[in-house]
Order: sequence, then structure tokens, then C-alpha cells
Amino acid sequence: MTELTLGPVYYLWDGPKWRDFYYRIADEAPVDRIILGETVCSKRQHFIEPYLAEVVERLERAGKSVAFSSLALVTLERESRIVKELIETSDHAIEVNDLSAIGLINGRRHLVGPLINVYNGPTARLMAQRGADRICLPPELPFSSIARIAEDTSDVALEVMVFGRMPLAISARCAHARSKGRIKDNCQFVCGEEPDGLPIKTLDRQSFLVLNGVQTMSHTCQLLLGELTDLQEAGVNAFRLSPQDCDMARIAAIFREMLSGSLGPEEAATLIGHCYPSAKFSNGFHHAREGAAWISRAKNTAHAS
Amino acid sequence: MELICPAGTPAAFREAVDAGADAVYCGFRDETNARNFPGLNFSRDELRDAIVYARKKGCMTFVALNTFMRAGNEEIWYSAAADAVRLGADALILADFGLMAHVREHYPEQRLHVSVQASASNPEAINFLVEAFDAKRVVLPRTLTIGDIARIGRKVKCEIEVFVFGGLCVMAEGRCSLSSYATGKSPNMNGVCSPASHVRYRQDGSDMVSELGTYTINRFSQGEAAGYPTLCKGRFDIGDARGYAFEDPVSLDVMGEIEALKDAGVSALKIEGRQRGKAYVAEVVSTLRQVLATAPSGRGPLLARLRALSEGQKTTVGAYEKRWR
Repeated sequence: MTELTLGPVYYLWDGPKWRDFYYRIADEAPVDRIILGETVCSKRQHFIEPYLAEVVERLERAGKSVAFSSLALVTLERESRIVKELIETSDHAIEVNDLSAIGLINGRRHLVGPLINVYNGPTARLMAQRGADRICLPPELPFSSIARIAEDTSDVALEVMVFGRMPLAISARCAHARSKGRIKDNCQFVCGEEPDGLPIKTLDRQSFLVLNGVQTMSHTCQLLLGELTDLQEAGVNAFRLSPQDCDMARIAAIFREMLSGSLGPEEAATLIGHCYPSAKFSNGFHHAREGAAWISRAKNTAHAS
Repeated sequence: MELICPAGTPAAFREAVDAGADAVYCGFRDETNARNFPGLNFSRDELRDAIVYARKKGCMTFVALNTFMRAGNEEIWYSAAADAVRLGADALILADFGLMAHVREHYPEQRLHVSVQASASNPEAINFLVEAFDAKRVVLPRTLTIGDIARIGRKVKCEIEVFVFGGLCVMAEGRCSLSSYATGKSPNMNGVCSPASHVRYRQDGSDMVSELGTYTINRFSQGEAAGYPTLCKGRFDIGDARGYAFEDPVSLDVMGEIEALKDAGVSALKIEGRQRGKAYVAEVVSTLRQVLATAPSGRGPLLARLRALSEGQKTTVGAYEKRWR
């Protein structure tokens, strides 16, 4: 049975918005696993902290499995401390997103997030030996690599991100704050003004990227639909939806219907387009092309239906 | 402190050795290293000759195998490691954990350095790599201030190497897919960033437009020097603002801070630039050598000469200074 995972909210949403988002997920979204917590910027953590306990409780009451996400970039002593405390004190599973967390969590069961560079079977096996139960593979990987990792790695579950803007880069510098005349240290959380990312366009007005604090994401939204069957057959057993500022409960329901066979990929694409009307979709990485590309899969779609 | 110098060709390698490098780093002519550019890098025979030359002059050779192994083709990286070890590399510079584990298992005596591409940016990460793979040295990402480096230096059980001069990555190295998003080719998988094969310059009225894949990276008015369209050094519209969204077209120069780096516990200074010509390598290496041999108060003219050697003559100390963030 293929599972659906809801990845962490990468953006800065204010506390009540964040809480209400997860309440709705708990009540309505047919997802199996939810990864919670600030992943991108350590300065933001206090926004969700007051609501964390009630969100976890509500999600678990709804039968969801909950794991906590560790920070993606750890450079300050304070950030090291946050990761350490998370690993030492959490009674939930942890999804690791940087090397310090991989080191600290050794031997305990855990999940590996898509920001860890697992590009091949030997690395996936090493993660498994150190206690990883599940690896969400990096978005950059083409299908050929995913299939090969699955073939080489029987002792760890594999997950692939199938919906959401792709995390492409992270920096010690905050381009988001700088674009508003600030720097990271006095940012006043201006990234919260764009709950779905701040668009970067080329000088020829092409939509290109979005800024999310210190993170740079794709402008396009990764969307794998016709590709799901191939991924399942290759041995991928969970698909990840990465939250955007749109109706994620409905999007989860559409994926669930696709997985149960009651919806074809083309209908699903149309419905998802309605849920997230501002999105331009891409699947280029999966097809070993530029990540921004959209490769139409008429042939394989026919095969899948 | 050791001076670690780049070589993209056998000629640049000899220049670097002659100019006083303590170690020269280089890679094979394929996707196993992060400077997989046309016309660059070393065949097995060239590496053997280079190592012999360096040995004779008391200089070490580090071989960079710092891309991530493509699933199913690990043999390409394994054979590169086997050959580098056989030819006498003094250290292998690695980023992929699978490859680190392989090298540790098969060549237990081989000295292993952690590439900047591994993105080990804190003491726990570094100590993990020391414990898991017996790494002897880590090349720190260009995301840290000198204060951060000093703190890390006190807590880690291996040597620290930092970049001091040359190209500057704005993003955490080894964690950036911007290039492949636009071109399908990335540093991690293909050893290239913003590859020349996908670059196009186009005249538009009086403007020169530089493109990467199908994206405009910059637009230069008449008389403005048109730079190479490295994605993160491009000019874009961000909301209502227009400008260099991530970083100006500058290069890194922290030679003015080497005393602070020494105090922070840094044991090796690294020059970026395997893609640069032999004349540049010779000039930069000999100038840095002189800087290291000169008392801080007498370094002014040497530092000025370095600035003149920098890309566009504009330099930054980057993340080494906190305000850069």
C-alpha cells in the first residue's frame, strides 16, 4: 500500500495560519505521515512553538503518524543546540536534514529528508545501517537513479516528492531579507509577507525562482502523476506532498484517488491545477532534463491507465 | 598554514608547484570531480607525472573526487579512487558518503579529506565524518564567519581548510540544484555549474543579453562589461526590486584576515580556480606565498596586487564577515 507523506511547511506562516492548516489536514487530508516543524531558518521557530503540542495531538488523534523535521542548515552554536535538543528530547521520530543530525542520531530509528545528498545505493545503504527507516530522495534525482537505488537497497523505505515547489538551494545569506533592504540579522521576518515564496523573475519577465528566506525554491511546482506507476513498480512506497499555500487537503485527496485507481493522471492534473491556479508544473528532473521542464508523458500515461 | 592550490592542467600544476604550493589539488578528466569542464583536468598518465613532479619538489597532491556517484555507475568513481590511490595521491577529497565508506573500507591507509561539497558546516557534522570515515581534514563551506570557524576549530577532531581566494559560491556548496533546474546539469551530479554548453549571448537592441538554458541571467547596456552567466550571480527582478538577487559578480578574497584565520585554528588555506590558466595560477600562488612569508604590517602592496588579480577586480570577504548574511 503506497503511503502519502505531507512534508514540512517550508515557508513562514504565522502561528494561527499554521495551526489551522494542520487542523484541516488532520480532519480532511488522506495522508499517512506528517513531517512537522521549522526546517529552513532557525530564527523562525518561535512562530509555531505555541501551537506545536495541540497540532501534534490533533494529528495523532486523526491517526496520522507524526515526525519532526531537523534544520537544513546548521552553522551557529544556537542551531547546533536546537538540533541536539530535538534529537535528545523528542519522543517522536525525527527526519534529519543536515549532517549534524545524521551524526547525533546514529543508531536510533529515524527518517532521512530530501535535503540530504543520497544519490546512490551505497549511500542509501549506509543511511540504513545507521538507523534510517525511510529516505525521501533529493528532488534532483532522475528516475533511473531512483530505480537503481531501490534495486540496491532493500532494507530502507524510499519516498519521492511528487508535489510542491522544489527546494533548490540554501545559503547563509538571506536573499529574501536583502531584497527588502535588510540582512539576515535584522530581517524582521519579512519572508512572512510571502506565504508561497517571493517570485524572482528574469529581466525578460520569465518566472524563474522563488525566495523563501535563506532558501531558494523553483518557481515551478513539481508534479508527478503519470510517473507514479513506474515509481511504485520500482519500489518507491511513499509519495511526498510539499505544502504550498493552497488547498493541500484537496490535493492529498486527489493523489489518494489516483493511487486507488479511481482517477487518471490527466484528470488529476486538471483538478490539481484548479486547486493551485497560480502554479506552473514541472517534472523535468524525473526525466533527466532541466528541472523546470514539463515533459508530457502521453505514451506512459496510456500505459498506466 | 599550508597553501592549497588549484590545477586544471598539467602546466598549471607545475606552475603551482614551482610558485610554492604546499599541495596542489586536481581531478580526473570526467564527471568524478566538480570542475568537469571541457579541456580541463588530468588523464591517469598526467596525474602520475604530476605526482612525481610534486614529490620531487616536496609538494603534496590532493585528488578531488567530489561529485556524487550516479546510481548504478559507482564503478566510475571507485576506479577513479583506486587509480588515485595507486598513483600516490596524498589525499582524496570526497563528498559522497557512499564513496567515503568505500575508500575507508578498501584503502584504510589513504588520507581522506572532506570536500566543501559535503557541506559539513558545524562541529557535530564534522565529528560524524571523522568518526564514520576517519576524515583527517575538512574543507569548510563558505557559509561561516571567522568567529564560527574559531568555535568549530576548538571542537573538531581534524584539521580545517578554508577557501581564501577565487570564486565564491553564494549557496551552501553541494546543496544547490539551481544549475540543473535551468540546464539539467549540476555540480553534484555532473561536476558543472551553469555550464558553457548552455550559455548563449544575444544582442537585443543596444543590450547584450546573457542566457543560461532558456533563462535570461543578465542584460548589459552598451559599454558595460558582459560577465559569464553564473546563475547565482545574475541580475533579476525580485518583487519590486531589480538587481543581483543573490550576489554581485565578485570573488572571494580574505587574505587580509589570515592572522584571524590562523588564530581560529585553520591549518590550510585554499585557492579556488582549477578552471584558470597557468599564468593566473602562478601569479596568485606566488603572491599568496609572499603574503604568508611577510609580516602583517608589510602586506599592503601584496594584497593590492591580489585584488587586481580578482575577477572584475571586485572582491568580498563573503560570509567570513557577519554583515554579508
